[in-house]
Amino acid sequence: MKTKQELDRRSFLKASIVAGGALVLGLNIPGVSRAEERFGVTSEPAADFSPNAFIKIAKDGKVTVVVGQSEMGQGVMTSLPMIVADELEVDWANVSFAHGPADKAFFNPAMGMQGTGGSSSVKGFFAPLRKAAAQVREMLISAAAASWNVPADTCIAENGRVIHTATKRSAAYGELLEAAAKITPADKPKLKDPKDFKYIGKAVKRLDSPSKVNGSATFGIDVKVPGMLYAIILRSPVIGGTVKSIDDTAAKAVKGVTHVVSLGYGVGVIADSFVAARKGRSALKVTWEEGPMAAVSSETIMKSFVDAEASKKGLEAKKIGDVAAGRSKAAKVLDAVYYAPFLAHATMEPMNFTADVRSDSAEVWGGVQAQMLVQGTVAKTAGVPVEKVKVNTTMLGGGFGRRFEMDYVIDATLLSKAAGKPVKVVWTREDDMQNDVYRPAVYNKLSAGIDAAGKPVFWHHRLATDAIMARAGKAFGFNLKDDQLDSSSFEGAHELEYKIPNFQCDWIRVDTGIPVGFWRSVGSSHTAFSVECFMDELAALAGKDPLEYRLSLLEENSRHAGVLRLAAEKAGWGKKLPPGSGRGIAVAESFGSYVAQVAEVSVGSDGKVKVDRVVCAADCGQIVNPDTVAAQMEGSVVYGLSAALYGEITIKNGRVVQTNFNNYKPLRMNEMPKVEVHLVTSSAPHGGVGEPGTPPIAPAVVNAIFAATGKRVRSLPIRTDELKKS
Amino acid sequence: MTKISVNKKVFETDSDPSTPMLWVLRDEFGLTGTKFGCGIAQCGSCTIHVDGEARRSCVTPISAVVGKEVTTIEGLSPDSSHPLQKAWIAEDAPQCGYCQSGQIMAAAAMLKKTPKPTDADIDQAMNGIICRCGTYNRVRAAIKLAAMNGGK
Amino acid sequence: MSSRVLKFLVIFIAVGVVAFARFGRFEPVENVAASTAEDPVKARAAFNEAVKVFFSARCSNCHPGGDAPTQGDERRIHDQDVKRGPDGKGVAGMECATCHQAENMDGEGLPPGAPNWHMPPAGNKMVFQGMTAAALCQQLKDPARNGGRKTLKESIHHIETDPLVGWAWNPGNGRSAPPLSQADFLKKLNEWIDAGAACPE
Repeated sequence: MKTKQELDRRSFLKASIVAGGALVLGLNIPGVSRAEERFGVTSEPAADFSPNAFIKIAKDGKVTVVVGQSEMGQGVMTSLPMIVADELEVDWANVSFAHGPADKAFFNPAMGMQGTGGSSSVKGFFAPLRKAAAQVREMLISAAAASWNVPADTCIAENGRVIHTATKRSAAYGELLEAAAKITPADKPKLKDPKDFKYIGKAVKRLDSPSKVNGSATFGIDVKVPGMLYAIILRSPVIGGTVKSIDDTAAKAVKGVTHVVSLGYGVGVIADSFVAARKGRSALKVTWEEGPMAAVSSETIMKSFVDAEASKKGLEAKKIGDVAAGRSKAAKVLDAVYYAPFLAHATMEPMNFTADVRSDSAEVWGGVQAQMLVQGTVAKTAGVPVEKVKVNTTMLGGGFGRRFEMDYVIDATLLSKAAGKPVKVVWTREDDMQNDVYRPAVYNKLSAGIDAAGKPVFWHHRLATDAIMARAGKAFGFNLKDDQLDSSSFEGAHELEYKIPNFQCDWIRVDTGIPVGFWRSVGSSHTAFSVECFMDELAALAGKDPLEYRLSLLEENSRHAGVLRLAAEKAGWGKKLPPGSGRGIAVAESFGSYVAQVAEVSVGSDGKVKVDRVVCAADCGQIVNPDTVAAQMEGSVVYGLSAALYGEITIKNGRVVQTNFNNYKPLRMNEMPKVEVHLVTSSAPHGGVGEPGTPPIAPAVVNAIFAATGKRVRSLPIRTDELKKS
Repeated sequence: MTKISVNKKVFETDSDPSTPMLWVLRDEFGLTGTKFGCGIAQCGSCTIHVDGEARRSCVTPISAVVGKEVTTIEGLSPDSSHPLQKAWIAEDAPQCGYCQSGQIMAAAAMLKKTPKPTDADIDQAMNGIICRCGTYNRVRAAIKLAAMNGGK
Repeated sequence: MSSRVLKFLVIFIAVGVVAFARFGRFEPVENVAASTAEDPVKARAAFNEAVKVFFSARCSNCHPGGDAPTQGDERRIHDQDVKRGPDGKGVAGMECATCHQAENMDGEGLPPGAPNWHMPPAGNKMVFQGMTAAALCQQLKDPARNGGRKTLKESIHHIETDPLVGWAWNPGNGRSAPPLSQADFLKKLNEWIDAGAACPE
């Protein structure tokens, strides 16, 4: 149960969008966009029949599904069209997708805004798209039936045709468009029986793959509009620093540089090419007002966590029974500190955005996760009416939560306004790495005790960390109060499925000053690590097998237990591994999906960890595209593994130390484990898919390291030198 | 003016000979399939072929390709018919897709000289291409499929 | 010490032993005593100075015993786990020239460059890493293991004129140069040769 004070991120968003008003926007401006002139991008496909915002049918029977969600690799441009194709009864070969504009028609009910995050696209659009497609199917059937003068219920729809079953008479959808357009859609169209689904639940090929193997897919960084200039921004080396003075003589002397613009937080160099802008930036001299963060380093941040945990009670996120009483009854007690570092998103496509701000309107292009926030932000920044802002969403070269931010949108808007021309801002990798909103670092103090039989009698988890919503909330006009809980800081730690009689989870809010944000699986990205590793420690303390111990604390029929058993069975849990190798298990629920993973690792005498195999069992409720789900689980494992093995952003004198992939290392091909994904067949409500595979991997690997070496890793990333055989 | 042959077509640029090919291809020639990922030859998203061999275009200056044949993802095949492109679709390898041009170009360069690659061959050739979506296993499967179909 | 390095060491020691055993049968291919009096003490002293260059990060990084070059002053395994390949130019799809240009690039993390950036070929690895001065000295004198150079003067010529070798003294981006200048290095090598090219014990 949620406490009164607790802020639920998603329902909060819903409320604020509706209540805020400013973000509830009108329809998009019709007409050909400037990107269409250049690229023939069909953001608004020509269609002969557009019965609703989602579906367009052409006379040749081709169906375009307009998707207001963003494609960042999770397959939404396939899974949402699948829902439409199934209910509309059209052949998959005739289905394509298009990006939708910022429009309230694309409001994601599972998120409370037009947004792609929280692993919510299928969750949010399954029902609306089925209804929209069923309405259109019924309109087409009615049109055909009327023309044949037969009752509509004697006709069926199949493969893009309406068929009169008795006479086998049929008509293609393309022939029926005009008549169908005159029919009023039914309020409650009849939905297909799920047993008749043709596509939903099947491994349907992605619609975006063809454009991603020949270079034709358009990402934000590929946008080019007539008259466009290129910009690059010199930002304060110290987080939060501001411009004190600028010497732009040398920068302006660089061939091609047209403008140097102070933005307060940075200085934009605009030029006729990216290369010229980059050269101009190198020649630019800026002195900075470094501000208070210049005194902050990783060591001072760690000290602030330790001090805060020691001196502050914090806010109770959850309390069951009495942990002090539990402790007094415990036969054995375990105390441990777990630490998870700041992490960068490091999407493959660095942040970039293109804006064309005119006197009374603006058109913008880029990869974004929240179109209507972009629209509102551009309107406010450019000083134009919100309904005069046209947002064109491109493919996203990775999102992971980073493209929920507005910083890069503001960059381009300010610079286009200053230049009076369309401007594309491109961040270099170094800009991207050093100006991210990071996954918060978290200091965890965990205490638990077991009775003589090994059962836990108490569990006390205290997390000292930043509040993501304290900063991110401001984008929605929200201020997190001091006594208010931000569940994104501790989700996954406060509502454990394990039966523990005395339980407490406290959140000690620490404002480190480091900008923190939503990072794939958000709070669960670190709570699964602390909780599932500490649970492993308890199992060892009780002298029990880690799997058996977990199962003994779970309801027999719980979904947690289900995926644990499935993963263990497929992994061959309990079978012998060679010396130096070990198997670890972990489970976590996030975004309504339940994922367990078994990792097999080998640890060399040099301490180097090689993850050989990951077996993943996922229960995501009803699944639309199992192949997409498998791909997301595989990808989540890699994302989480990169973080567990290498990921760490450190701070020195207010500066981010890491710069690029040479010192913020992602996993590469030769380190890739075998990943096997097993999905639970379920008709339960849709869970998320894009994020829930990430939380269990770090603890599964760390627990496997313990199995292999007897050493407990309590701080990420995993440090080779600590695992070296002495 | 410097003349450069890209995808068997001659382009001209008046940019400084030290300019990295990545930006010449993308911003001057309109060939945006080659991607910018890191700018320091760490990620491989910008991989092109110069006389058939893999090159990171973010560090390859114009001067290094004069008189040579440059191939980008757009020129790998006229109609996405290269066995690797077909295999990529068959395996649904791409997720966000941003690194995939580089993945495919590196794989194509490998297959030319190593038509039947082992896992170790694949690791060695493909280690330079970072994918944050984690498509490595599908990339590997697609390369094997293309190799099986006799692809170079 | 990493297991990889340990493994290499084992290989190197083995190589050294084999080389030493072979040396008894090895007929020097040149008459180095033609113009100068042999002075083994002087020769060894000169070589012991010169060898510091071979062992420096700039030179030894690309002269490993296995097929994986190292990088940086800390001599970590090269990023991307690149491999030598049959001709020392990398493997198909990941050649040295895939990233390394004909000259250095200025900027953090950018790859160093020199014409024809490569490693010794697989058939003649010219190992520096993990060698003792004595073993390296013997190797230099063995055409089967020194890149096929029949005379020591040929090797000197290579060291003097190959721009890739010369790069070590112009490594760029704050990388450390070898402990001796190129001129001093050549001087010491010539001293060694002129004094009879005796190897350290």
